[in-house]
Order: sequence, then C-alpha cells, then structure tokens
Amino acid sequence: MGNRCAVIGVGQTHYTTKRRDVSIAGLVREAAVRALEDAGLTWKDIDAVVIGKAPDLFEGVMMPEAYLADALGAAGKPMMRVHTAGSVGGSTALVGASLIQGGVHDRVLVVAFEKQSESNATWALSTHLPFSASLVVGAGGYFAPHIREYMRRSGAPDHIGTLVAVKDRLNALKNPYAHLRIPQISREMVESTPMLWEPIRYLETCPSSDGACAMVLSSEKAVTGTPAWVLGTAMRSEPIFRAGRDTVNPQGGKDCAADVYRQAGIADPRRDIDVAEVYVPFSWYEPMWLENLGFAAEGEGWKLTESGATALDGDIPWNASGGVLSSNPIGASGLIRFAEAALQVRGMAGEHQVDGARRALGHAYGGGAQFFAMWMVGSDKP
Amino acid sequence: MPSEELIADHVLEFPGGYTRTTGPVIGRFLTELRDGRIVGVRTAGGRTLVPPLEYDPDTGEAVTGEFAEVGPAGTVESWAWVSEPRKGHPLERPFAWALIRLDGADTALVHAVDAGDARAMRPGLRVRPRWRAERTGHITDIESFVPEVTRIVSPVRAEYRVKPGKSLARFLEGVERGIFLGCRCGSCGKVYVPYRLSCPECGVAITEEVELPDTGTITTFAINNLPDPRAPQVPFVSAYILLDGSDIPMIALVGDIPAHEVRQGMRVRAVWVPEEERTASMSNIRWFAPTGEPDAEL
Repeated sequence: MGNRCAVIGVGQTHYTTKRRDVSIAGLVREAAVRALEDAGLTWKDIDAVVIGKAPDLFEGVMMPEAYLADALGAAGKPMMRVHTAGSVGGSTALVGASLIQGGVHDRVLVVAFEKQSESNATWALSTHLPFSASLVVGAGGYFAPHIREYMRRSGAPDHIGTLVAVKDRLNALKNPYAHLRIPQISREMVESTPMLWEPIRYLETCPSSDGACAMVLSSEKAVTGTPAWVLGTAMRSEPIFRAGRDTVNPQGGKDCAADVYRQAGIADPRRDIDVAEVYVPFSWYEPMWLENLGFAAEGEGWKLTESGATALDGDIPWNASGGVLSSNPIGASGLIRFAEAALQVRGMAGEHQVDGARRALGHAYGGGAQFFAMWMVGSDKP
Repeated sequence: MPSEELIADHVLEFPGGYTRTTGPVIGRFLTELRDGRIVGVRTAGGRTLVPPLEYDPDTGEAVTGEFAEVGPAGTVESWAWVSEPRKGHPLERPFAWALIRLDGADTALVHAVDAGDARAMRPGLRVRPRWRAERTGHITDIESFVPEVTRIVSPVRAEYRVKPGKSLARFLEGVERGIFLGCRCGSCGKVYVPYRLSCPECGVAITEEVELPDTGTITTFAINNLPDPRAPQVPFVSAYILLDGSDIPMIALVGDIPAHEVRQGMRVRAVWVPEEERTASMSNIRWFAPTGEPDAEL
C-alpha cells in the first residue's frame, strides 16, 4: 500500500438546489478553503491538486480543471483531473492518496464538485447519438430494471426502499450540510410520491444538488491536527456490456471490497467496520450494496435494512450523513462519502457522529454500476 | 329623454413649470447627479441620508456640511410592482417602485427598478443606476435602477457527422432487412448482439456472424413515467430483452400491452415497421410485443 497517508482536513459547501451566489470557481474554492482551515494550513502548504468532476456535458464547461487551477491555488503546482463517472469523487480521493502513498508529495488537495443547477444531468446522460441501438432514459431509467431484478431474486418486500428513503432523510436532519431536509419525512410521505421509473419513486431518488467537497491528504511526517489514517484503497471497473455480467451484484464491486478489506484487515465487514458511507442514489441500492460489499449474504441485505441495523443507532450505521439520497452534487458525491468516513473516525461528524467510530468505509460507484472506488479509514495509525 | 351629460377636458399647468430654489443641500445632491455621482449628507449623529435632507428628521438639527459619495450600487429593501405603467411613470414597461438602500447610505431612496418581471424582484436584490446620457440635475437623471449581472446564458453547440462504425453498420444492414445480426466469440463461445468485432470478456477479435431470431424473453424492465421523445406515450416500458440464442440482453421498448401487465420472463417478438418504410435504423423496430407463449424460467 506504500507510505502512510492521512486525511487532515475536510471542507464542504452546504448542498442545495441552486447556488446562484457563486461561480463554479467560487464553489470549489469555498470547499477548499474550509478543508485548509480544518487542517490549519494555507495554499502554500499544498504540493499538488487533484480535481474530480462528472462528465463535462453536465455544465458544458470543457476541461473545467484548467479554468479552476487559479481558484485552487494550483498555479505552478501539479494539477490533474479525474473522471470515472459517478464514482469520480471516490477515485479523486484515491488518486490524491496514491500521490502520498507513492512518496511523490506530502500534502495533496483533492476537490470534487457539481453545479447541477447550471445544467440537466438526465439530458446529458441521454443525448441519443444517431444509429444508437439502445434505449436508456437517464440514470433512473438505467437502474430501475436492476432494482426490479434484485427484488425478484431476493424476494424483498416492496417497502424496503421506502425504509431507506426515510432513514437517510432522518440522518440528513442531523447534518447541517445536507440538501434535503424534510422534518416530517415518513413512510407514508415516501409512498405518496409518484413512481418516476417504476419501481423507483420520487422520494426514493437522490436530489439534484450544487456543491463541492475537498480534503487535504497528508504524508505521515506532514500531519497536522486530527488525522484519519487511510487503511486501504481500491478501484475496479468492468465493461458495461459483457455477456453474463451480473448487474445486480457486480463482480467489480465484490473484488474492490475484497481488496480494500484485505489491506485494512477487515475479516467481517459488519463486525469490523463501525460506520459506512456508501453511494446509494436510489434507496434500493442500500440492500443491494449491503450484499455486494459483504455486510450480508446474497439475498439477505434487505433483512439488515428492515431490522434497523443500518440506522444511526443500529450496529452498522450506513450513511449517517444522509448520504447521496439527501445531497447529490454528482461529481462530489463520492468524495463526500470518503470525507464523511474520515470525519467519523476523526470524531468530527457533529450531530450525526457514530459514537466511538474507529474504522469507516467510504464507497462510490458510477457508470452502469461498472466503476467502483473504496477506501477504509481509521482513527489508529496502521 | 335625459339631457346629454356636460363633460369637458381641462388642463391645469403652470406655464413653463414652477421654479424651485434647491438650497445648498439638495442643490449639491442634484449637481452631483448631473455629474453621474450620488451623494448623501451626514447628520450630526453620523448617519448618511440619501437622498439628502436639509434637517435631520431624528433631531430637528441642521445636517452637517459633509457629503459622502454612496453607491452607485444598492440593495432593494422593499418594492411594489407596477404592471400597467401610467403616463407620468419613468418607464413604459412594467417595473417596480422600490426602496433602495445605496451602499454607504443609512436610508433608502425611492426609485424605479427595471427588472423585467415581478419574479425577479426580492428583498436583497442588488441593483445599479442606469444613467441618462443627457443629465440636467434632476432625480430622473437616473432613468431607473437595473439588477446586477448575476447569470449569463452560455450557448454550447457542437455539430458532428456521425458514422456508425463497421460493426454497428453491419448490424444496421441486418436491421434494414428485418434481421438481428449477432456474433459468437471464438474463445468463450458467448453470442453478442448487436454484432461487434471483439469480445469484451476475452479481448479477442470475433469473426463468426450469427443471425438471431426476433423473439426473446424480458429479463427485467422499468416502467418510465417521464416522457421521452423516442417513446410513443407515458408510461412506457423499457425492457432488457434476451433474444433467443443470445447471451446479452438489449434494451428496447415493449408495446401492445398495458405497462403494468409486463412481466419478467415474458416472451416477446419484435414488431417491425412495414417493409417499404425500413431504413438502416433501430426505428425499424416499433417495439417488442408479447407472443402469448408461457413465460420463460429466469
């Protein structure tokens, strides 16, 4: 795994429908400044900058990293951009970490963002090239059939998706940065909202958010403040069209989890991990990923959700921050998972802190559930 | 018969307009306006009054002789929307009368805001004066205030000439003839449709072409309630259809059946447009419709 790496600063913007008061540069800057403040550092302490961003077509700014260099104090420093679809936020953190682990740099600023109010992701994901032989309607249209197949295979009752939709929004009420804050959230409310892409209801989907998230990553000798130690990092991908590909329980996700658990010494994820921030943009992906990530046996994930085990007061809280279901600046959503995992083991998650969290999983996925990025962070030096 | 009502038009207008002596305080304000600047006057208590008054309304004392430039930008505190402007109004299109506190001022100035639409108005809206080119030393030297620029429209358009590529072109040739062309990987034996030139699993070139029937099984599907230009109506079903003899499903519309009667495992057949309407395009397939056979085991 290379040299030791730690998260020493986390910065987030408030996630919201429209940040009309700032440009894209202003948005990423806000998160970066907060991460630097958290680390007690200034721009000159940063060796390199890694930017993560979903497809350029989302905002129509081509190669935004070039324009954002100034806003991130990157003039004269190595700067690069990462793009792995929805998992990009996670991959961004991992690329940044690799620069520390490989001994190239001592302090790397990683930042990811999306300003969804300046575009329309469903449009950008459904541009319909001529001659195309496929019919996909946005992310929801893509994932709905795989959720239906999960429900058929596992025999999960219909209300499981509703439970996750409520649980994550209740957690969001404890997170001052969360976008969707619905104090009266209830199963009845979720069930009363229309089906968009059946079996996915409106309140079982993530919102469209503006926002940015940043972290300062550090080598062991450059640590300031309270570190979250990186215990393991892994990325996997697989082709979207491959005969026999399991779209419900993708092999890439299983392999990625096995790799990161091996590095971090996790034998039983449910027992050995204290809190997980997992990319759940549609509520049914919680039971699906519970199985994919080894927290439950195949076909059993929904039982864990139903039992309350993944609630904030359960034995393995998932998405204490409210998750992607409550805040979704797409390019940043993965990085937020990784950052929230770090905040938990640093004991700095505020009202949604899981007591005594020492080991946390950060997870992101993207494309047609074909790109995976994960890390384990811990309060103890590995 | 009632007699006709007596009506006459009458104008009351002092010939040439009244003259007003401004006094030193108002005079300074108007002189600065003529030069394209806005000033306020300081009170003994340190407040800056804009527009200036000669006497401090709080204390009754004379204001100081000290003037301070304010603005030109300011913030809307409150407003009333005028949807039908009248003859004496500063603008001929709908506008807002607004209380505007200019930067550096302690009081608000009443003026017109040319915001285009009432929905653009809100407390806190930042505005700037639009000056007349010819100024005379009058409050109307500012034609109106206009919102600051906070957003621009950035048109992005790229034009392409798209070729389908060798494998997709071959597949579409088949579709033009009413046939689904697939291929079999010589290494793993999997059958892919649409036709492709390499195996995504093995990475080897594929050479064996396979003609597939237009029947298959729905493995899973979504009922879409959001409209799409490629679907005839809402709701519509987009389904993964595993053509008989293929190892990979393709995504297509399902029709000729109410959306909520579609099932996983349902047997379907492609519904083709009439032969004379066919082109090298997927629009040859209207959708897939149930065959009526018993469902397949998944």
